[in-house]
Amino acid sequence: MVYKSIDEANQAVVSKIIAGSPFLLDVVPAIDVIDEFKHGKVLLHAGPPITYDKMIDPVQGACIGAALFEGWADNEADARKLMESGEVTLIPCHHVDAVGPMGGITSAHMPLVVVENRTDGNRAYCTMNEGIGAVLRFGANGPEVIDRLRWMRDVLGPVLSKALQTREPLNVNVLIAKAIAMGDEFHQRNIAASLAFLKEMSPSIVALDIDQKDKEDVIQFLADTDQFFLNIMMASAKSVMDGARQIQEGTIVTAMCRNGYEFGIRIAGMGDEWFTGPVNTPHGLYFSGFSEDDASPDMGDSAITETFGVGGFAMIAAPAVTRFVGTGGFFDALHTSEDMTEITTASNPNFPIPTWDFRGISIGIDARKVVETGILPVINTGIANKKAGLGQIGAGTVNPPMEAFEKAVLAYAKKLGFEE
Amino acid sequence: MLHTVIEKNSYQDSIVLMLLTNYLETLDGVNNVQVMMGTPANKDIFKTGGLATEELEAATPNDMVIVLDVDNEDLIDDVVKKAKVYLDEQSNGSDDDNSGEERVKTWDKALEVAKDAPVALISVPGVYAASEVEKALDAGKNVFCFSDNVTIEDEARLKQMAHEKGLLLMGPDCGTGIANGLPLAFANRVRKGSIGIVGASGTGIQEVTAIIHKMGEGVTNAIGTGGRDLKAQVQGITFKDSIALLDQDPDVKVIVAISKPPAKEVRDDAVDLLRAAKKPVVAIFLGEKPEAHEKGLYRAYTLEETAKIAVGLLHGQEPTGNEDVAVKVPTVTLQPQQKYIKGYYSGGTLAYEAATLMNNTLGLHAENGVDGSILKKDGYEVLDLGDDVFTQGRPHPMIDATKRKEMMVSAGQDPETAAILLDIVLGYGTTDDMAGDLKDTIIKVKADAKAEGREIAVIVTIVGTDMDPQDYSQQQKTLEEAGVILCENNAQAVKTALAIVGHPVEEKPLPILPEKPSNVQMPAVSDRLKEMLTATRFLNVGLESFADAINESGGSAVQFDWKPIAGGNVELQKALLFLSKVDLKVGV
Repeated sequence: MVYKSIDEANQAVVSKIIAGSPFLLDVVPAIDVIDEFKHGKVLLHAGPPITYDKMIDPVQGACIGAALFEGWADNEADARKLMESGEVTLIPCHHVDAVGPMGGITSAHMPLVVVENRTDGNRAYCTMNEGIGAVLRFGANGPEVIDRLRWMRDVLGPVLSKALQTREPLNVNVLIAKAIAMGDEFHQRNIAASLAFLKEMSPSIVALDIDQKDKEDVIQFLADTDQFFLNIMMASAKSVMDGARQIQEGTIVTAMCRNGYEFGIRIAGMGDEWFTGPVNTPHGLYFSGFSEDDASPDMGDSAITETFGVGGFAMIAAPAVTRFVGTGGFFDALHTSEDMTEITTASNPNFPIPTWDFRGISIGIDARKVVETGILPVINTGIANKKAGLGQIGAGTVNPPMEAFEKAVLAYAKKLGFEE
Repeated sequence: MLHTVIEKNSYQDSIVLMLLTNYLETLDGVNNVQVMMGTPANKDIFKTGGLATEELEAATPNDMVIVLDVDNEDLIDDVVKKAKVYLDEQSNGSDDDNSGEERVKTWDKALEVAKDAPVALISVPGVYAASEVEKALDAGKNVFCFSDNVTIEDEARLKQMAHEKGLLLMGPDCGTGIANGLPLAFANRVRKGSIGIVGASGTGIQEVTAIIHKMGEGVTNAIGTGGRDLKAQVQGITFKDSIALLDQDPDVKVIVAISKPPAKEVRDDAVDLLRAAKKPVVAIFLGEKPEAHEKGLYRAYTLEETAKIAVGLLHGQEPTGNEDVAVKVPTVTLQPQQKYIKGYYSGGTLAYEAATLMNNTLGLHAENGVDGSILKKDGYEVLDLGDDVFTQGRPHPMIDATKRKEMMVSAGQDPETAAILLDIVLGYGTTDDMAGDLKDTIIKVKADAKAEGREIAVIVTIVGTDMDPQDYSQQQKTLEEAGVILCENNAQAVKTALAIVGHPVEEKPLPILPEKPSNVQMPAVSDRLKEMLTATRFLNVGLESFADAINESGGSAVQFDWKPIAGGNVELQKALLFLSKVDLKVGV
């Protein structure tokens, strides 16, 4: 396909985003769907490419947890030595059709949700949400964390997989449309979608001919985990954005992610190339005893939700979390969502927001508009302690660095023949 | 010492509790506090935060838990009470309903949201002003351009462009205006009425509208043209279109034109156009002493006279020559060496008027001053402290009194000073209490002089109305308490000063000559231009206070938080321009 202008190419990308149709097919061990795991010791991480020495403490902590989980070492010191040795190959999740929350550390035997974008036939993957408290994504790697990962590998993954095989693949768009009307914005708040997911899955789970205790544990875990849907949302957004970026023209942002060190974006016209800048530290509300001084720099692939048009872009959909925007309320959320319309290309009519007079979510971030206006995307995010394993200490919002968008716009202009 | 308070079955949203925690932390005597629901994950957070207690373990996910570190146990009840009050207040919602506020950040959005606004106010940095004015004109908006530092070539080009599109460009460097009774930029609130004004001078328009208001009449539209409109390069494009507009406005009965004398090349045209108006016109060419009226085109010498002739005409009364009522001269006992008048003005046109009156009355034959020094001859001095020379790196004297205080103190110490003239400009864009800011200095200057056996007259005029956001009568009261001679307007103030130093202004009624023929055709007025007269909606590009002024006065303004494209980065601007035009088929 040849496009006359960038506007026309951008419109084509946006049309693909609107047409995207993600379905949850299965939950499988990572090694079954990602070939890279078959070649030596491999870990996936969030964000653009990074080396171990540049990783911040929580991400290193998660690497150590993954090494322990995979049985590469039986104690923390040995695991750390292994990571420092460089023997473990580090690959961005995004390079293997995957996304990962916070540290995004993913290893061969972790179960992944498999989402297929039926419009373009491509698939995307993400680990499952571990719940809150001491969890690997925030860098915790103690016995309870590893035990939970094992249970997810041995019970949760297989049970969900079996349950999914007994029913039609789960149409994720339907869940999103329902839950956005129930006040989810799919980054800070996924409780409605998580409950809708539980409602969809529980008849299949309870009907399985498996150990009763496993059934109960799985149902209990899903009932307890308010953010369970986030990871499904991430894989779905990834599948839709990867489908859309098959068009390799134009300035629509097709991925935003961060590794705790750098923030990276991709735009359609520059294919797989990352444009990066230093990450910022989120602003928001902190749990007692913590402040911005304790906060880890921004990390995680979860900004794929904003790239898709939810999260900070749909802040107005979730009045319950609006106060994460500083101490403001409804109207601050409205202003945030209105601002985001100034850097996006269209509305997605499939996901109307009742609190926004049924306007569709804003989609197609145009890197040109970001540079032109100086308005940066707003990303809703959890805030991790900068020390590994201490977990979440607050929540808030964060902006990407302008530099990443400037580099992308300049590189694309030069590719098209612009001379300074 | 840690204390645990558990409110059974009291569910609160976690964000509300985080906000509550932040609030409780600010209370005196509270060393540390955390409020959360008693879920297992939250209990871990209590522990991590050093707030683990035994009682905490008993809490369920439906209980609200307060763990509190205070030294004084008596505080606990108080903290719990305050927490409950806070939660009650949260549930009452916020009072500031800003749902009506409209705010945009890009031209695309601005033109979408403000598509029904016939006027755009532009107050962006001067280097960007020309291109932003052009965008607004292209979008079919009449433009009020507050920005200065636009080249005169750009001004001429943009005004021609506006004219051809049937639009009006007010400014650049247009400081004030009134559209449909609504204040634009630095303007006074005046009642609506049948006098229409076109002016090339900011404080000149303010003074005339304020006097008209005080006389019980009003102004619905006062159009600023910018100070260079009647120069040869610009040819009075905006002046002419504005006169035509007011001449066709059925609500206007009398037209007032305020300007410095037009350039020779433009003068005949401009005056002929005023003669061509169907309605009576009062014209003041600041600095010129008129010699005669013509039937239908009346000439004023001072701003006060301008307003009074206009109100007279509105009442069917031709000028009588008594508009400049003689001033009552208060008794001031001067020492023989006290001869001179010092004027320290915040309004440029007011300074100019003072200099003109002093120059002509005293026969000083002073050259036109430069750099804010409007008049400087012997010991006579008039300064425009709003001139760029005085405002480098400091706020405008309508906002900040520092420079005026300095000048007053040094004038007070000069044994030859007889009187000090000051203006206080009220309205949007100026400070709340200039009288209060100046009061102590006025008292001190007078007292110090008195200690040396001299009496100094401090003569003040307030440009403003009882509708202005400031308290007009309180400003008067403050000044009276300071012992000033308060005059109704600037002309009165200057005449009072001149009378005190023994040189009263002599009034001489002007003859009214017969109507002179006009060779000029009144320009046609487009519908888009007429919409300006009844505008209620505006697009405000730049300084937010201008939007506030319109909104507070009953209009509505869309606020465009303008920023230079790509933060002003030229390379990125070029790349963006390239990308907006690149043809992908031909692209490399």
